[in-house]
Formats: sequence, structure tokens, C-alpha cells
Amino acid sequence: MTRTTLLTLAIALLGSSVMAQDTSQVRDGVRIGVDYTPGMRPGLVVVPGTGIDSVRAMVRRDLDFTDRFEMITVADLPSGSTADRGSTEPGTSGVNYQLYKSLGAQFAVELVEGSGGVTARLHDLSEGKLQSQKAVTLPSSASAEFRLEVHRLADEVARWASGVPGAAASRLLFVSGGRVYRVDSDGHDLIPLTPAGQTALSPAWSPDGQRLAYTQLGQGRGGIVVQTLSGGASFVVPGSQTALNITPTFSPDGRTLAFAHSDERGTDIYTANVIERCCAQRLTVGRFADNLSPTFSPDGRRIAFISTRAGPPQLYVMAANGTDQELLAPFDYGATGSTNAPDWSPDGASVVFHREVSNSPQIFLVDVVARRVRQLTSSGRNEDPTWAPDGRHVAFISDRSGRRQIWIVDVETGRVRQLGTPGAARLPSWSRRLGRTTPVLNP
Amino acid sequence: MRAPSLLMLLTAAAFAVACGGRSAPEEPAPEPTPAPAPPPAPEPVDDSAERERLERERMAREAAERARAISADLTAMINFDYDQAVVRQADQATLDRKAAILLANPGVRIRISGHADERGSDEYNLALGNRRAAAAKRYLENKGIEGSRLEVVSYGEERPLNPGTDETAFAQNRRDEFEVTAGGDNLTAPQ
Repeated sequence: MTRTTLLTLAIALLGSSVMAQDTSQVRDGVRIGVDYTPGMRPGLVVVPGTGIDSVRAMVRRDLDFTDRFEMITVADLPSGSTADRGSTEPGTSGVNYQLYKSLGAQFAVELVEGSGGVTARLHDLSEGKLQSQKAVTLPSSASAEFRLEVHRLADEVARWASGVPGAAASRLLFVSGGRVYRVDSDGHDLIPLTPAGQTALSPAWSPDGQRLAYTQLGQGRGGIVVQTLSGGASFVVPGSQTALNITPTFSPDGRTLAFAHSDERGTDIYTANVIERCCAQRLTVGRFADNLSPTFSPDGRRIAFISTRAGPPQLYVMAANGTDQELLAPFDYGATGSTNAPDWSPDGASVVFHREVSNSPQIFLVDVVARRVRQLTSSGRNEDPTWAPDGRHVAFISDRSGRRQIWIVDVETGRVRQLGTPGAARLPSWSRRLGRTTPVLNP
Repeated sequence: MRAPSLLMLLTAAAFAVACGGRSAPEEPAPEPTPAPAPPPAPEPVDDSAERERLERERMAREAAERARAISADLTAMINFDYDQAVVRQADQATLDRKAAILLANPGVRIRISGHADERGSDEYNLALGNRRAAAAKRYLENKGIEGSRLEVVSYGEERPLNPGTDETAFAQNRRDEFEVTAGGDNLTAPQ
């Protein structure tokens, strides 16, 4: 009787912690809900099996990269204990709950090969039952969509177990040797998107993941190019055809592009309509001060940006129409280092940026409401941060390994990992979660 | 009043001639191509045509040198302090010489490109380079140069002059470059 009560209580507690994640939402830029506290991450095991090893390895790694689970390794299981680990019958399972529970797992993820695809099952070991399952059809492993489809499944499993989907089904853009490259969030499928022999800078994703914008620098001038990822058709954004135009960013609805236009009057932020391809509009009037690096709040109503109006570059915020400009990240004049490269978080709660500390840039966060600033990195030069779609990870460029590479930090725990690229990397931009959409042929 | 000013003019002219004459001996004459064999029986010839040709060549050489010097003044770089776009005192004379040349050569157009060292944000450095180029343009405009003759561009940190990573390299890389884009032939010396 006592044991049953305790179990019920445990289930209730577990249920409430999962529910808490589901209540995470953005209301006027304020996040309501709670995060996992480091150290309270539930244990998760990906049950070994036969066949589809590559799928199992991808899902396991994707779940690890969410930083929401204590990953439990089962490579050393006694040989007899794996004999009854799986069943293809939905709802009935041969997963040895007691064994994985004894290893500290709260969740067991089972991946079973099916006809033309794979079935994922999440077992809640505390409740002793199958919690969720889903069968997906997978394209041929030779197909470009194969890995993305497996990542989507892993993101779904993460949502079942934590209430928040993973961010594996996403990609990053970055610049290497003057070209924009695209790479999967796990470092696979590296593809150049712009021609060799040019200088492309500051790539930015459209929210639907179908287009990118970047600066094409030539002879000290440059326009903002918007290009489709499939097909590569492109056009130069209105208002960016003359002088130098930098730091493009899309609005959350994908209709507006904000960028900085540099000419002899200084650098100021403009917006243009990239659907109608018209209506360039100036938002800031610098009068020889620079205003650049705009980034939209997720509701599209505000823009954070960098300005030199007070001397060294610092972080400001304004309404999306250019009014109500004010300081966003507090600084001490003459003491706080230059601040650059802001990116507004997907949940709206914070803006990540880099700031010079002892002549070396470091990654910082500012809480948009409380205006509190928190430093995330301290080793080496760390710059140009970009949010993952889960609002929990930030990719940035670091030279901590010797040359400039992409690194990813979990802002909750501080855990870092490297996203290796063959050449030196700079100016990364992380996409939103990439859905299954029909490719558009025109930008 | 008339006599002294004439005298001053004559003095100035004499000085100019002296100066012009002085530079000639300093210039080493180009090594003549060694003749294969001297003619055995030298005959008295009228070499005035030859002397004239040499004189023409010497004058052309000097003119080219003067043009080169003017061009060098016109394209001399200026440098900036870290994260600053203010023309330094020491560089004002460099810009003043450019202004004088531009005034004397109304057909000349130049492109001013601003550059930054590799420290600081890649993107911010483009804006900083732009501000540096614009600062030189404003300085020249204040000296009476028509703004339409001065094009402003920025390369940020994309084109370092010195690939090093020490302060010497950084200082060289924080610069404005000046490139003649039109009217660069037959430059007239400023008054």
C-alpha cells in the first residue's frame, strides 16, 4: 500500500515536471515556465538493437546534444540481457524495464526497423509502460532528406520525454574562405552555397529555411543578396544596390529584411520588403554614428541593434518602425568593452551577443526584461553567436582549438561541443527547425 | 615698390632654376648599353641632334618622376588609432598635400577605402572602415574638394596590408588607402 502511494506520487511529480515544460510560452516577450535544473536531468537509454545502426547512432547523438538527458551507455550490457529488448508489436514491448531502471534510466528509446522506415518508441520506465510511439517512412539513406528525417524523429522523441522538441533537424550557415556554406546541426552534409572567388559575408536564414540573405562584398561595396537554397535563384534587396550593405536579418514572418547601409553619412539600419521587393525604409539616423546588426524579437515588434552613438559599439533596442530607441544591455562608459553581433532568442527572453573582455570577445546574454547581463564563455576568442531553434543552445566562433571553428554551448549547463568544419569558419547563422516543405524555385 | 617685387620674382626664378639644376646630377644616368666595338676611325660628326635627344629624354624622365611624386602624395595612406575614425594630427599634412594636388588637377577622382585591423567584430569593422574613409573624405571636402570626386568604400578587416598579428601589423592595417580612379595621367604639380 505504501509502495503504491509512493509510486503514484513519483508519477505525479514526474508528470508535473513534464507538464511544466509544456507551459513554456512567450507572452509579450516574457517567458512563462520553468527550465530543467542541471543535475535533475532524467536518465535516458537508447536500447541496442540489430540493423539501422546508423539511425540509432544519430538519434542517440541528437538526444545527447539536447543536453536534457543523462545519456546512459549500454555497450557493456551482459550478452544475455539484450535478448529480450525489443518487439515489433505496437503496445507490447520486450524492453527489459528493470534492467534499464537499475542503470538509472527513466526513459528507454526503442528504434525498430519497419517496412521502408523506422518506428520509435519511448518507454517510461518509472511508469513501466510505453509512453509514445511513432512510425516514420524514411527516404533512401542516399537521399539528401534522409538525415533530416531521422533528426526530425529524434527531435520528436526529445519532445515526448522532456516536453521540448530537440533542435537536430536544423542547419547552420557560415562563411569560410569568402563562401557561404550550409552544414547540418551535427556537422554532416557540408555544402557551399555561393561561388568561389567572391567575398560573401553575414549569411542569415529566412524563418522558413528556404532562403538565405548575405552581403556580397566587391571593391569595398556590396549589396544584400537574397537567394533560394534550392535552385540558387537570387536578387539584390531594394535599398542595398548602392554603397556597402551589411548584417542582413529576416523578420519572423519572412516578409521584411532589415540590414545596415553604409555610405559617407555613416551606417544606418534600413528595412525592405523582400516579398514585393520594394519599399526600402530608413529606421535610424546616425549622423556619423554607426547603427548596424539588427535582430528581430520573435513577435516581430522590436529590433535589437548595435550603435556607436555613445562611443564604442553597444547594444540598443527599438520598435520595428524605428521609434523608442533605448539602451538594452547596460554598460559602464570607458570600462565595458565593445559589444557586437546580437541575436534575439527564439523564446524572446534574451539577446545573445559578444563583448570585448580584456581585448578578447566573449559570449554574453542579456535578459530582455530584467536587463541582467550574463557571461557564457571565457576561454579564447569567442564571437558572433547565433541561437539554436531550441532557445537553449548558442553556436559561436571560437579559436580555443587553435583556429576559428564553430562551437555550441548549452546556456543552461555551460556544456560546449565543437561543430567541426574543414576550414576556418566565421559568421555562423542557425536556422529554425526545418520542416518538410516544398522547395520554392524563386526567392 | 615695383623694383623690389621684380627683384623677388627674379630671385625666386633663380632659386627655382638652381633647384631644378641641382637635382639633375644626383640622378644616376642609366647605364648605356655597351657598344659591341668602337669604330676604328672616329670622324668629326655633328652630335647636336644626339645631345638634343638626350636632353629630351632627361626632361621626360624628370617629368615622369615629378608625376610619380605627385601620384605618391595622392595615394599615400593614412592610419588610425584603434577603433577610431578621427584623422590624426600627423596625417593632416598628408591629406593637405592631397587636397592641393586635387585642386591643381580638377579631372582627378579618387577612391578612398577604409580598413580595420583583425581585432573587433568582422561586421563592425566594415562599418568602422566606412567611417574611416568618410572621415578622410570630409577632411578633403573641408579643404574645398568637390565631394563627387571622392568615392568612399570599406573593406573592413578583409584586406590586411600586413598579415601579422602584433600591434605593428595592426597599426599598419588600420588605414585609408587612396586610389586614383580617373584623370591620373599628366598630373600638374600643385601651386
